[in-house]
Amino acid sequence: MIVRILGEGQLEVADSATDALNALDATLEKAVSAGDEAAFRPALTALLDRVRSLGTPVAADSLAPSDFILPYADADIEDVRQMLKEDGLIPG
Amino acid sequence: MKGMVAPMSVMKRVSLIFRAKANKTLDRMEDPRETLDYSYTRQLEMLTQVRRGVADVATSRKRVELQMNSLRQQQTKLEGQAKQALGAGREDLAREALGRKAALQGQLEDLTTQYSSLQADEEKLTMASQRLQQKVEAFRTQKETIKATYTAAEAQSRIGEAVSGISEEMGDVGMAVQRAQDKTAQMQARAGAIDELMASGALEDVTGPPRDDIQAELDRMRTGPDVDLELERLKNEIGGGPAKQIEGGANSGAAGAAGQGSAAEQPQAGEGS
Repeated sequence: MIVRILGEGQLEVADSATDALNALDATLEKAVSAGDEAAFRPALTALLDRVRSLGTPVAADSLAPSDFILPYADADIEDVRQMLKEDGLIPG
Repeated sequence: MKGMVAPMSVMKRVSLIFRAKANKTLDRMEDPRETLDYSYTRQLEMLTQVRRGVADVATSRKRVELQMNSLRQQQTKLEGQAKQALGAGREDLAREALGRKAALQGQLEDLTTQYSSLQADEEKLTMASQRLQQKVEAFRTQKETIKATYTAAEAQSRIGEAVSGISEEMGDVGMAVQRAQDKTAQMQARAGAIDELMASGALEDVTGPPRDDIQAELDRMRTGPDVDLELERLKNEIGGGPAKQIEGGANSGAAGAAGQGSAAEQPQAGEGS
């Protein structure tokens, strides 16, 4: 599967990593819905670190869309909430 | 806010939002060829935008760099003044100069943090710009291929994928540019505040020539003995002998006779003798 970390680009991650990433993502989702800044930061960092360590960069000329997209590393909860809105942070 | 956040993966939802944006582009045109051309035009616009973003961040970084240099110069000057004051046995003045130097340190550290942050943004944006550039290039090639094989059933899905992929990249880059611009605007405001502070003399006061009280005090101390020496010398000259007295008298007489030149010559004669 292809995972994009916003601001960093796309990575190819083995499908076998899905469960591990889902678990980290669930923790992140919980922190976002609870508005828990203290839990949010380590959850995001853990998820991004795992993706970075498991993934290999996608070819520069690939035009394939990503299966998953992760917030940029220095995003805060409010940024993520905005990202999740249809008319939120994404331009165009 | 809680109600809006459904219990669904963050990473999946973000990708769905991106996909929805791409689909809007895809649904915009009836003819897929037009979609390709429309998307390509948007890509070129985004490339221009991200390059402008890089240039803006670089400008901001250079401005911070200039301010840092200027603060460092002021610190060096203050340290020189402190040494000078110590040499003259004025510890109070040296303390004052060093105190002001320390006060500038806080500003300098703040600017250093801003500088690193801008430098990191510049690097990130430059890389994002390169990534987009490569994808736009790939899109252009694929666009021509797809157009040539447009009637094939396969073309539709290829167009969908290419447009989704590139529109995701544009969304990512667009966000990065937006964030960098917001941050740059904040830093510009702070840099402007420091510029104003310097212009108002609050910082310049310490070292600037006209209002520099430490320098004024040091100058007074330095000119003090000089003036005394000069006075002493003048006194000696006057009391030295009739020949010199006559010479001086002849000089001033000549200057007086010269008329127009007298105003310029007299101070010079006074300084030189």
